[in-house]
Amino acid sequence: MAQYAILIYTHDSAHRPDATPEDTATCDEHADELTHGGSLVMAYALTPRDMATSVRADAITDGPFIDSKEVVAGFYVIEAPDLDAAIAIARTNPAVRDGGGVEIRPVHGGGFVQRADG
Amino acid sequence: MTEAAAALADAHRREWAIVLAATVRVARDLDLAEECVQDAYASAMTAWDKSGVPDNPAAWLTTAAKRRAIDAIRRDVVLRSRLPLLVVDDDEEGAGGAAGEGTHMEKLGEAVPDERLRLIFVCCHPAVAQEAQAALTLRLVCGLPVPDIARAFLVTEPTMAARITRAKKKIATARIPYRVPRPADLPERLRAVLAVIHLLFTTGHTAPSGAALVRADLVDRAMHLARMLSSLLPDDTEARGLLALLLVTDARRATRVDEDGRLIRLRDQDRSRWDRAALAEADAMIVSCLRAAPPGRYVLQAAIASLYADAPAYDQTDWPQLVLLYDRLLQVWPSPVVALNRAIPLSMAAGPEAALAEVESLEGDERLSGYQYLPAIKAELLSRLGRTDEAAAAYRRAFDLAANEAERAFLAGQLSD
Repeated sequence: MAQYAILIYTHDSAHRPDATPEDTATCDEHADELTHGGSLVMAYALTPRDMATSVRADAITDGPFIDSKEVVAGFYVIEAPDLDAAIAIARTNPAVRDGGGVEIRPVHGGGFVQRADG
Repeated sequence: MTEAAAALADAHRREWAIVLAATVRVARDLDLAEECVQDAYASAMTAWDKSGVPDNPAAWLTTAAKRRAIDAIRRDVVLRSRLPLLVVDDDEEGAGGAAGEGTHMEKLGEAVPDERLRLIFVCCHPAVAQEAQAALTLRLVCGLPVPDIARAFLVTEPTMAARITRAKKKIATARIPYRVPRPADLPERLRAVLAVIHLLFTTGHTAPSGAALVRADLVDRAMHLARMLSSLLPDDTEARGLLALLLVTDARRATRVDEDGRLIRLRDQDRSRWDRAALAEADAMIVSCLRAAPPGRYVLQAAIASLYADAPAYDQTDWPQLVLLYDRLLQVWPSPVVALNRAIPLSMAAGPEAALAEVESLEGDERLSGYQYLPAIKAELLSRLGRTDEAAAAYRRAFDLAANEAERAFLAGQLSD
């Protein structure tokens, strides 16, 4: 088994600060599917592009780092035996049929940090 | 050449993929497998010279290469534990493969096709860049040396070596499995394989630049791959369709340029010098494909090429039927290049004016903006309509876009007319 990070690219994230459960229903359903499938390791939904701040050596700017039609709307890590299995899982993401897409990146290492104060 | 050397050269051309594919399963590392197969071929020279050519050279080479792989694995257990190994399903014959040679020899016959398919599908995995897919296929499936591959794609040797290394690294790290895709994924994955074979053929057939119009070796390799794939997947009409397309196109190889390397148009080619046996073989395939299933892209392209070739003379080509075939092709493959090519039979069936309107409607398509055949076809239609000044301008534009010297020479000839 290997871990793959999946980055979701859409026009924007549905997870606005004031998002209703209906706004994020598609994403939540998909997260449930993956959880029940047993492949999901961790998942994060991000707030929309307007909330993003980019930092470079010479400037701090409002908005995503790369000015593009799509932004990373969220990311999650799955466990799969090989790339074909990871593709099969990734391709079920709602972003794929809604005009966006996903990027699969093999995970090299990492995880949660154990903190002394819990 | 000694008998052993001849047998070895033959085995390199015909059995490389079989030997490598089986060795990869044991080595679980593309580089190690390549090295072991190369060693096995080198050792065969001496062994066959001394004790004669074995009855089954592929089996001999496979056994020798696998044994080397097993030795290397035993030697480098520690090193290997740090390498990302190729994902190979364990439910089948694994690392113990070379232990029982007798059973291995017997099994080779039926196990082989799958082994080669695995290799082809891993080389042409869509997660590998297409140019790297083509290079990997030439290296791993055809056993072509890296310098030859670099020359075929007009890049330097270090560039090509780096491209191949990068692709292999991705296969191992991203865990692209060494496996024939499951049936649900097969059509999509097969499309990638066919596209690579077609790319190799067209790269060889119309070299993108340089003096020689046909790089015969690439054409032969592509033909060999198409034949291999079609025999490994006998029920797939698109694999057979691709083979038929390559056969028809290649049947005209001898007449595409004159003695001085100048391009000859289809209408001016000497039809008596076309390879009729190849055309007949392709015809039979196309008919069987059309009967078996709704035709896909390659079957239709083959049918079009074959219809062009079947006419006793250019003027007697069945133009209306060609327009119909192009219409069907556009349905399964809506490509602007197909739409452009359709203008040629359309100009014969409905007149140059109608065809020119079609070509002009494609001019805005930016996918065709650097495509020299658009101004070339436009120039031809304009000159048939007697609009010579406009035709000359279009020929000049085509000339500026063409990179192949034979094509440039042809267009220069049109310009001076």
